[in-house]
Amino acid sequence: MTAERTDTVIAPGAPAPSFTLRREDGEAFTQSDLHGHTTVLVFYPFAFSPVCTDQLGLYHEVLDDFAARGATLYGVSCDASYSQKAFREKLGVSIEQLSDFEPKGATCRAFGAYHPAGFPQRALVIVGPDGVVKWSYQAASPGDLPGANLIFDGLDA
Amino acid sequence: MRELRSAPVPGVANEDHVRGPDDAPLLIEYADFECPFCAALHVRLKQKRLRRVFRHFPVRTSHPRAWPAACAAEAAALQSRFWEMHDLLFADQSRLEDPHLWSLAETLGLDRDRFEEDRRSEHVLARVRRDFESGIRAGVVTTPTVFSSAGMFAGRSAAAAIEELAR
Repeated sequence: MTAERTDTVIAPGAPAPSFTLRREDGEAFTQSDLHGHTTVLVFYPFAFSPVCTDQLGLYHEVLDDFAARGATLYGVSCDASYSQKAFREKLGVSIEQLSDFEPKGATCRAFGAYHPAGFPQRALVIVGPDGVVKWSYQAASPGDLPGANLIFDGLDA
Repeated sequence: MRELRSAPVPGVANEDHVRGPDDAPLLIEYADFECPFCAALHVRLKQKRLRRVFRHFPVRTSHPRAWPAACAAEAAALQSRFWEMHDLLFADQSRLEDPHLWSLAETLGLDRDRFEEDRRSEHVLARVRRDFESGIRAGVVTTPTVFSSAGMFAGRSAAAAIEELAR
């Protein structure tokens, strides 16, 4: 059992914790889905909020560049899948959304990316094909938008 | 593979669009023509004595016409009218559809066939992308973002930075 982490985002070198998120179609996305791929988890506070809108739009512009490095991005929030899907479709982005709705924030907590006020921290976690955290980043404030350059740095870390 | 890891903002290069006196304080701006805050900043910048560099930072999801507008400006640049097109694009952001771009090209007396061919060309696309990538690498996340000798300033802080720089 992984201890709950609510202070800082999970550190590089740690194995990804056990977790269950929901894909847009309701299917589970778990720790085992990380194996064999490079995964970038983009924890964001709220669907439809201004900074999150800018963040997914910005990363969408360089999705091909992430794919060229074998990396797949997922947006993670505590919003319900229906809200996430509506958000993604409104933006016109193809970044798949994973919901941490019930039990609320359990995966965010497991990754140390849960804000005490009840929403995901703005955090980025890269998990390597071996299921180990390769790189992580937590914005100084949920209102700060981490540049895409940081993720490219992280992929090469 | 495109290099997109962090890098300092590039200094002024030959391909850059530069306006203003050589001896004025340098301001490098990442902006897009559909961004209302960029248009507001442009009005402010016009009143300042600065050496301005304009670089494109179009993000489709926020501003679907930002890429076509950027390409139109670059196509105008190939007929030596970048800044004129820049000013016209910012002057009316509600008119950025293709017929409006053709109309602007006519207003500037551009060769319209050449303009049309150029704005859809790989060369122009690559030129816009070059700016966008340098912005990504420098950590630009929103528009407008400006760089001066005092550092990087994004969004609302850009206006204050300009006031300080052009004192």
